[in-house]
Amino acid sequence: MLRALLAALWLGIALPFMGRVFPETTATSVAGIKSHAPQSTLSKPRISASGKGQGMNDHDHENDGVNRRHALECMIWAGTGVLWTVASGVPQSLGLLGDAAAAEAAATGFTFLQISDSHVGFDKPANPHALDTLKEAMDHVSALKTKPAFILHTGDITHLSKPAEFDNAEKLISSAGLPVHYVPGEHDIVDEGTGKAYLERYGKNTKGSGWYSFDQNGVHFIGLVNVASLKAGGLGFLGADQLEWLEDDVNALKVSTPIVVFAHIPLWSIYPAWGWGTDDAAVALGYLKRFGSVTVLNGHIHQLMQKVEGNVTFHTARSTAFPQPAPGAAPSPGPMLVPAEKLRSVLGITSVTYSQGKEALAITDTALDSK
Amino acid sequence: MKVMSCLCFASIVLLAGAAHADDAIVHIDNFTFNPPEITVKPGTTVTWENGDDIPHSIVEDQGKFHSAAIDTSEKFSMTFADAGETSYFCGLHPHMKGKIIVKP
Repeated sequence: MLRALLAALWLGIALPFMGRVFPETTATSVAGIKSHAPQSTLSKPRISASGKGQGMNDHDHENDGVNRRHALECMIWAGTGVLWTVASGVPQSLGLLGDAAAAEAAATGFTFLQISDSHVGFDKPANPHALDTLKEAMDHVSALKTKPAFILHTGDITHLSKPAEFDNAEKLISSAGLPVHYVPGEHDIVDEGTGKAYLERYGKNTKGSGWYSFDQNGVHFIGLVNVASLKAGGLGFLGADQLEWLEDDVNALKVSTPIVVFAHIPLWSIYPAWGWGTDDAAVALGYLKRFGSVTVLNGHIHQLMQKVEGNVTFHTARSTAFPQPAPGAAPSPGPMLVPAEKLRSVLGITSVTYSQGKEALAITDTALDSK
Repeated sequence: MKVMSCLCFASIVLLAGAAHADDAIVHIDNFTFNPPEITVKPGTTVTWENGDDIPHSIVEDQGKFHSAAIDTSEKFSMTFADAGETSYFCGLHPHMKGKIIVKP
């Protein structure tokens, strides 16, 4: 009952900002691995009929009660990674990594990983050992049977941008022996030079505050920075320079090119009262509107959430450090204390698989306590 | 009616001024500056104290000054010598806003 109320509250607040909400669908839960197979749910994305918050009419969310419930369950978790499958253009969270779909995708495409919000240096009650849980996340990565092409880290690598925190994070994350593509979170640019420390480490071949793009197997990846030059009273912010660069970056691409955008703060308005959105995201998404498959991967909110709007799939990953409350479910978005034995069920990683010739990328979220 | 609201406003300012004659403290709890707006006399040192399990920072709206990250239980102080208004926000969570009014 409480969850239903919370869901109603969240949707009531969030809907005016959203087209259509597709919270995570739990397909299976085996041995602690929370796997999500939104492919079936998302195969026919429906767009909100209007911008008046009418996106979810009775017909539309007839089957979504379970989804919303599961979304809230996911929110109560925080932290593993997500395995993504890029199947013919659209990243989707898969069922279990290693299941038939993953194998098929791996045969014709590739997988990559997303880790986020490792907050190395965090030692408060919500997780006194954030370095240990990052290590566990990386152990999961190393144990993957399907070797990912690379890792995306969607920011808040460190808690306070201290050199030792960057060093410790780097040591663990590089242990997987995979290329890593970073974007900064707001916690990575609180050094005296407001981002100088981050750029010295990860700024090579990037523009401005650290944005860049690269290609892998025909998929175009774009790393954006929406945590720098923030404005009073505002949300995440990309800024004119970055937007101009983005417009130019995608200008020559064919509409059939699958696009994956990754940035720290969500590029959709999840809960503006807590700063969970990006002020000028609409401009960026406008430049990507013509593409048949756009996947947007974010962190920041330390919980799983997913939405599909037209050809765009939005997904947020868990943290490897600590969970945060569901939107509006607490007085503030600060670290959420859960019983110690439950912590690893709310931390995690994400994996994505791409298969050529398929419409969607497959996304798998895996909790740290999965075996 | 207009006179009454003016009077009310004036008395609030006076009370606030009296309460922060020397030093002033702004608590940061639950991602909120408390009080969000204070009125102090010139020369007052304002101290921000972070009670959250997450760092915050103080950034002047136009970027005239900014603090380093203020971690849990840490403080940041600044003395306001001249009369005037300073609006600020948290550099990590810009939806958090506050204001210091300095009046003789």
